[in-house]
Amino acid sequence: MTTADITFSEEAQQKVKDILSQYPADKSKSALLPLLHLAQAEFDGWLSVPVMDYVATILNIKPIEVYEVATFYSMYNLAPVGQYLIEVCQTSSCWMCGAEDILKYLEKKLGVPTGEISNDGMFQVKKVECLGSCGTAPMFQIGDKFYENLTFEKIDTILDELRKENKRSRYV
Amino acid sequence: MSKKLLLTYDHIEGINTLEVYKKHNGYKALEKALKSMKPEEVVEEVKKSGLRGRGGAGFPTGMKWSFLAKPEGVPRHLVCNADESEPGTFKDRYLMERIPHLLIEGMIISSYALGANTSYIYVRGEYYYVIKILQKAIQEAYAAGLLGKNILGSGFDLDLYVQPGAGAYICGEETALLESLEGKRGNPRIKPPFPAVAGLWGRPTVVNNVETIAAVVPILNISGEEYAKIGIGKSTGTKLISASGHINKPGVYEIELGVPVEEFIFSDAYCGGIRNGKKLKAVVAGGSSVPILPADLILKTAKGENRLMTYESLSDGGFATGTMLGSGGFIVMDEDTSIVKNLFTFARFYRHESCGQCSPCREGTSWMEKILQKFIDGKASMKDIDLLWDVQSKIEGKTICPLGDAAAWPVAAAIRHFRHEFEEYVNHPESIQEVQHYYRLNNIPV
Repeated sequence: MTTADITFSEEAQQKVKDILSQYPADKSKSALLPLLHLAQAEFDGWLSVPVMDYVATILNIKPIEVYEVATFYSMYNLAPVGQYLIEVCQTSSCWMCGAEDILKYLEKKLGVPTGEISNDGMFQVKKVECLGSCGTAPMFQIGDKFYENLTFEKIDTILDELRKENKRSRYV
Repeated sequence: MSKKLLLTYDHIEGINTLEVYKKHNGYKALEKALKSMKPEEVVEEVKKSGLRGRGGAGFPTGMKWSFLAKPEGVPRHLVCNADESEPGTFKDRYLMERIPHLLIEGMIISSYALGANTSYIYVRGEYYYVIKILQKAIQEAYAAGLLGKNILGSGFDLDLYVQPGAGAYICGEETALLESLEGKRGNPRIKPPFPAVAGLWGRPTVVNNVETIAAVVPILNISGEEYAKIGIGKSTGTKLISASGHINKPGVYEIELGVPVEEFIFSDAYCGGIRNGKKLKAVVAGGSSVPILPADLILKTAKGENRLMTYESLSDGGFATGTMLGSGGFIVMDEDTSIVKNLFTFARFYRHESCGQCSPCREGTSWMEKILQKFIDGKASMKDIDLLWDVQSKIEGKTICPLGDAAAWPVAAAIRHFRHEFEEYVNHPESIQEVQHYYRLNNIPV
């Protein structure tokens, strides 16, 4: 796919207009982070080079200005991801309350190591740093949802429900 | 029970809506400010309150506001720092999720005080669901004439927007946050110039934490003078504490500054003591960056006085025997916790979050993680303890922003207070391997 083949849906284009209206006309580069979130949600949960180039054309900036931002922030995925990206917090309080065991349980359950997409393409586990949910540790995030005070039984239920839902996790 | 000023109505159903918020004293402070006070009178009230920045640095808010440059014809901005990412801290999330209008009311009053007509709330991207809650509340406020043109007939105009981050702890540093808000990598700027002179798009800007801005609302309601009467000495008012770790009742607590640490940990009004009948081992009192203290030093100062939840009492003794209130991220560890392994999670965090701009931080955080990994793998020698100390000492104070210090301090404190544990990892690596699995420790099958 090349950049010429890429366009936002009509709904997303309306969102682009709303986002751009938040900044002075000559400061539209400020829209870059929200636009990358939007692009990731629109195009299968990750940012390919043509997608990033497309965002550059919207903001009338050089592609490198998009790449340097996309590579800096951890929420932008630069390679294809599983339908549901399970982001497991590993820092301090979560670690103290069993995050490593949560990770092991997920690996056993999904049959692939952390970082790899499960064979059915449904899930991918990612280790992340503190998500600000320390009082409800251990926890993980899938899209914009926080799953807190995790137990193995809870994880079983969550995965079953997501399999039934069969969509793609998104933040936006 | 401590006096509450921010979380007075947090459990009321529907308090996230404008209608219910208004029924509970909501937007009264705004009305007071716009109808009966000049902007400089609002600043004066905040100065009188003694309010200090609640993000971690504790700088007096009124003074920060008074530094704002006001050149003719140049727009000024207020930016709310809702990039809450300091491990152990989740109070801002709680406040925004439960009572979004409290922050919005604070933003309108503070923008009025500073003469800002366009303000932003920069929220970490991982909190996207909170962003949606805020956006909905902002829409309600616009519809009710609380935002937009001529607010409550005062002639004051304000547009308020929410900006998402995208996963970068460093954007909690105010100049990195402004870079990010300009659509760039979050590399902190060299100061001066300070944001008060050249901030967002080079314009005079004030950046304040969520809790700080929210606190402006009760300050106007009860007056700065009354607010200053709460607390002890220069620690005025109330503070939100995020309590986590091995305690019976983790969560967000609003305390009057001055509550004894012992009461905070063991009283049922707060943390409710240590889980599973275990003993207290150590506490990180103000988010991952502040020095860890062993049980005896967190409960009492080196002088033997009761340690209190105030800026001054927590830092009593300097870094030798004290710590900091920081962001109020209060992480409690029981007797089974490995200080070395916990430190490793912090070191990994800082390595991941270093922006890479300054070599001492970029290289140093990476080395600290690697050395700590050796301890965990049972491959460290005694020399590695000194090496770790040496590396941290070469980061502190040698970087553009405080992330370097934040990465170094926890390492220094862990060695200072728990050197014996590092030695144990060297001498008996086999006995260390099996600890630190919460589930196994509590006989939960994995």
